[in-house]
Amino acid sequence: MERYVILEKKHFNDFILKIAKSQKVVAPVAKGYHQFAFEEVTSGDQISLNYIPTILPPKKYFMPPNETIATYDISKGQNITLVVEYEEIVLFGVHTCDLAGIQCLNIAFSEHPKDINYNIRKNKIIIIGYECNSYCDEYASCRLVHNHLPNGGYDLFFTDLENGKFIIHLHTLLGEKLIKKIGFIKEADESDIQSLDALRERKRKIFAKNEVPIEHEKIPELFDKVYDSKVWDELGKLCLACGNCTNVCPTCYCFDIIDESNLDLKTGRRYRKWDSCQNEEFAKVAGGENFRPERAARQRHRYYRKFRYPIDNFSRFFCTGCGRCSRACMANINLKETLTKLVEEQGMKNPDAG
Amino acid sequence: MKTLKVKDSEYEIKIGKITRVKRITALEKLFEITLPEKECINHVPGQFVVLSRLGIGEAPFSISSSPTKLRSFELVIRNVGKLTQALHNLDVGDEVGIRGPFGKGFPIHILEGSDLLFIAGGIGIVPLRSLIHYAIDNRRDFGKVTILLGCNSPKNMLFSDEFNNWSKRMDLNFECTVDRADPDWKGNVGLITSLIPGISLVPERTFALVIGPPIMYKYVIAELLKKEIPERQIIISLERHMKCGLGKCGHCQIDNLYCCQDGPVFSYDKIKNIKESI
Repeated sequence: MERYVILEKKHFNDFILKIAKSQKVVAPVAKGYHQFAFEEVTSGDQISLNYIPTILPPKKYFMPPNETIATYDISKGQNITLVVEYEEIVLFGVHTCDLAGIQCLNIAFSEHPKDINYNIRKNKIIIIGYECNSYCDEYASCRLVHNHLPNGGYDLFFTDLENGKFIIHLHTLLGEKLIKKIGFIKEADESDIQSLDALRERKRKIFAKNEVPIEHEKIPELFDKVYDSKVWDELGKLCLACGNCTNVCPTCYCFDIIDESNLDLKTGRRYRKWDSCQNEEFAKVAGGENFRPERAARQRHRYYRKFRYPIDNFSRFFCTGCGRCSRACMANINLKETLTKLVEEQGMKNPDAG
Repeated sequence: MKTLKVKDSEYEIKIGKITRVKRITALEKLFEITLPEKECINHVPGQFVVLSRLGIGEAPFSISSSPTKLRSFELVIRNVGKLTQALHNLDVGDEVGIRGPFGKGFPIHILEGSDLLFIAGGIGIVPLRSLIHYAIDNRRDFGKVTILLGCNSPKNMLFSDEFNNWSKRMDLNFECTVDRADPDWKGNVGLITSLIPGISLVPERTFALVIGPPIMYKYVIAELLKKEIPERQIIISLERHMKCGLGKCGHCQIDNLYCCQDGPVFSYDKIKNIKESI
């Protein structure tokens, strides 16, 4: 049976304070106007509960932007020592879009050949989700990809019942143990469950239609038709190839592998670093041939890696609807607008869908 | 941040010792590499390894020797970048890091009993040589074996000694062409596609095994289709920027395929509708 407990909001500050006494807690923190970031906190009052998607998604804890995978000492030959970097953290306040992003990364890094670095690290992180009761802003498209409601991927999940209480879904034993250790909670009663149901019902009305006028199920079909669309050329003319969109994407996981020697020129490390398919050099080979030289082709590749290829490979979209790529784009390339243009071009517009 | 030492990571390397170096042209050297205790690398022709020198980095290289060569393997390395420059400075006894072999190689067991038509353009002979040597070492397992080789000029020809031997053998048909001849060249002049129409073959029992620069495939495949070789019997190897070799880092992606895991060897029927492929 599903288990829910209640935390009164007046205890929230102490709740976080108490966890932070024994474990590192990271949570969304305000970083200026409309900017938020996951950072370490020591009490609940440092957390921005009402936040729009953070600048970087929680991906940065699962797949660090710069991650040592081996160390070496050339004076002892060409051998390397393989290492995994990890941190035991409680990740608090993850929206449903970002929970979906973590699930996508889990799948990509668990597929054969399994990535041991990622898989060791992810098991050191306790995930506490946090529900959005309404839209964060106009960039989000979480309804389109069915991420506006929780789909698992957390140990605990907080919902603000808007009556002075949080209701917490205990999803895993790990989450339940944490709650028991920290305290401040009581069992949810029938009226709390009814409040949660009523809130979800209100949400269904707020998120009544897709943010793009197409049915969820028809998106792969749309992408089967638009490979040669001139929409990609339009994006190519706008795109600055800066890689912002892929850096802030919760599901982009391309990387480079680089050796870096220390100043003694003997010891050093081999590390993985985030890379971007939007960079001009990304698909270039040693002989000079570049297999994706145009920005239009690179933008198309990004969209196909979100909406078409992962359907074949992983039976899911790798777009979480978080809207970060649109918010971060310096050239105002907007995911919702791009999809709408493709839908209209193919005559697949359905006003009932969105 | 804490650090944990691990053993069973996909980034584990084996130490390869360079046991022979041979300069082939001004740009290319052949390296014979031996693993500890002469362990067999156990590859399929068409597969590649990721080779590294600490402090400089990693890069993918096709294995150029046949799996019938058990105690060591050969890489032919063109000096074009930072790592390859460093490799060219190495000598017998020096060490490199080896990961792999990675990827899908040629379907060697399916080829049994068939006629083989090898087509190599330029540096494409380096990976294709692995399969050619394999076919020569298991010669009775195959029908007619034809090797067509194209090269931009005679001085850039990679394995001249071997080509001389191949051209003398009764059990091989070897033909060679250069784009630009020099005064001593007595052979064919022209693109590799010019050799294909003159070949006599039985299409249903022929497998074409093609490796060359990206520009070559479209034209060679068109000629092979004119010869009525079935699409699934045209086998090619695609060059991409393999980085991790594990189907993760994204650099080698061809639409939804990871060249490093799904390829680099593909049959034409599987990739003809993949738009980024050729």
